[in-house]
Amino acid sequence: MKINTMAEMIANGETPEILFWVGCAGSFDLRAQKITKAFATILTKVGVKFAILGKEEACTGDPARRAGNEFLFQMMAYQNIQVLNGYNIKKIVTTCPHCFNTLKNEYPELGGTYEVIHHTTLLQELINEGKIIMKEGGSFKGKKISYHDSCYLGRANDIYEAPRKVLEALDAELIEMKRCRTNGLCCGAGGAQMFKEDEPGTSRINMDRADEALETGAKFIAAACPFCNTMMSDGVKNREKENEVAVLDIAEMIAESMV
Amino acid sequence: MQYLQQALFVLMAIAAIYLFAKKVGEIRRNIFLGKSLDLSDNTAIRWKNVLLLAMGQKKMFKNIPVALMHFIIYAGFIIINIEVLEIVLDGILGTHRLFLPLLGKVYNWLINIFEILALGVLVVCVIFLARRNWLKLKRFISKDLNGWPKTDANFILITEIILMSLFLVMNATDQLLQQNGAAHYSSTGAFFVSSLLMPLFEGLSTSTLMGIERTAWWIHIGGIFAFLNYLPYSKHLHIALAFPNAYYAKLDSIGKMKNMPEVQNEVLYAMQPELAPANAAPPSSFGAKDVFDLSWKNLLDAYSCTECGRCTDECPANITGKLLSPRKIMMATRDRLEEVGKNINQNQSFIQDNKSLLHDYISVEELRACTTCNACVEACPVSISPLDIIVELRRSLIMEESNAPQEWNSTFSNIENNFAPWKFSPDDRDNWVSEMA
Repeated sequence: MKINTMAEMIANGETPEILFWVGCAGSFDLRAQKITKAFATILTKVGVKFAILGKEEACTGDPARRAGNEFLFQMMAYQNIQVLNGYNIKKIVTTCPHCFNTLKNEYPELGGTYEVIHHTTLLQELINEGKIIMKEGGSFKGKKISYHDSCYLGRANDIYEAPRKVLEALDAELIEMKRCRTNGLCCGAGGAQMFKEDEPGTSRINMDRADEALETGAKFIAAACPFCNTMMSDGVKNREKENEVAVLDIAEMIAESMV
Repeated sequence: MQYLQQALFVLMAIAAIYLFAKKVGEIRRNIFLGKSLDLSDNTAIRWKNVLLLAMGQKKMFKNIPVALMHFIIYAGFIIINIEVLEIVLDGILGTHRLFLPLLGKVYNWLINIFEILALGVLVVCVIFLARRNWLKLKRFISKDLNGWPKTDANFILITEIILMSLFLVMNATDQLLQQNGAAHYSSTGAFFVSSLLMPLFEGLSTSTLMGIERTAWWIHIGGIFAFLNYLPYSKHLHIALAFPNAYYAKLDSIGKMKNMPEVQNEVLYAMQPELAPANAAPPSSFGAKDVFDLSWKNLLDAYSCTECGRCTDECPANITGKLLSPRKIMMATRDRLEEVGKNINQNQSFIQDNKSLLHDYISVEELRACTTCNACVEACPVSISPLDIIVELRRSLIMEESNAPQEWNSTFSNIENNFAPWKFSPDDRDNWVSEMA
């Protein structure tokens, strides 16, 4: 399967419909790479003409900004906006809610205005348009799935329905955790917490959240963020449930279930 | 004698209003110690927020029984104030039930409605008092509220119970005086709620009844004036500031952090020196170390907080036992701002006291625990953002003090040098592509 970079597309005199912003986790983290590959596979299968930035992509600056390092954020934003505007990018899809939030909400006033959508929204659109067709009796049919809301998708950007609609298309049984949607509990990774040890406390946020997910009795925990995915997976492992309960990204579930 | 009472009343009213206005002026001044922020846009959406969030108490309705009880107190407070207008006019003019001849039958209906509301407020205040002190709800037994805040909360509820009781006692004795045919006590028709109290005062002489009625009247209105002046020192100030705070609520997507144009420009000038103005002065400071560095909206937030703790209840850091409590962030901001205000009152202008919001009131450990998940912002019924203050203080920590945990310093250097928060070569960013089937 050939994945084109923007540079390659331009060299061939082509323009993509959409830029796939892979994000740092999706590019480097071994677990998150699987999400990236699953999503790229879906896009290729349904014939969406997309490109990536490849080596020209850089961290959006989200963790730096939220840690308080505005200088570093502004440097990254400047660099990325130069690249994106240089390629005259109009539409971006990303599998990372943090990249999504930064690109969508924080780059416009810095000179980078694009139509930015999260991959769960695009997946919902593709399902609605009949471009993604599910296999008969897919592997999630009738299975219990609990969806964990990502803070930067849900509260920050009001996207609660798209991921759930996509999961419904799997013909699975959706079970909500006690705290969901606007009241969803964070996985513990945001605000650059992913990159440091926890402050002293009585438990870890991802452990508590994983426990809430396990309490539902779901066999699958669906995530829509590579960082949530890592945090929830760690929490499930901590309870030694990794053989019974799988933490999967919605894109992975669709890739496995589509024709 | 009558004139003396009128004069006393007028003096009391003037003193109450003067003192209240003075304190309101101080609070206004304190709020505008914050940095300027233009929130004059989108008036239609802002008024809609006032209607939904403040008047409609939309977010309270996440918990319907509590929201309904809170709504009873709120509606009671506003509607019963119409009766206070009559009481004040009676006090000034030396009349008794001034509106009775003007309104006739309607007067009886109105007072009956007020009494039902008063009973509602009274019952809910008793329930809230019990809930706050004996139900051991996590947010009410939290150490955030140790000392004065806990007393403040109880004092508000007890005062409201007393004020409502006085109102009902006043009406009960008034009705008995009407039955006795006492002078000036014109027939109002029955007041159903307060008539239930009449047996308590049955058989008392007209003069004793008048004594009780007048005492209840004076303590009631005196209590209202006192309560008015207590408000600005109390968490209860939210009954006024919830409205402007809803009006000035953030309208952007809540995931959007406030931009720092001064840093944006610094970076721009570093990258494209030709754009730098010749006389560009470097920005004075970054982020917030003290209340002066926060925006006036952050400071309005601090005064609007009624310390309910819904934010802290939802905070993932707090839930898992970390030191951070968003409610405490708001309380600390108000405490520091009040201290600064006192300093200004004493010295005409602020004299450096070698203290700051950061470190002296809010510790690094608290700030470090935040996941910026916005649960606190979502939870707040009166549109407060503790997160805004947290990130402004974090900015000061990092950019002014270079105070970051070692792991964050590595993260920063990885982002800067490798364009990713981890130490991977940027050349490997698209390695996954070659692994595609």
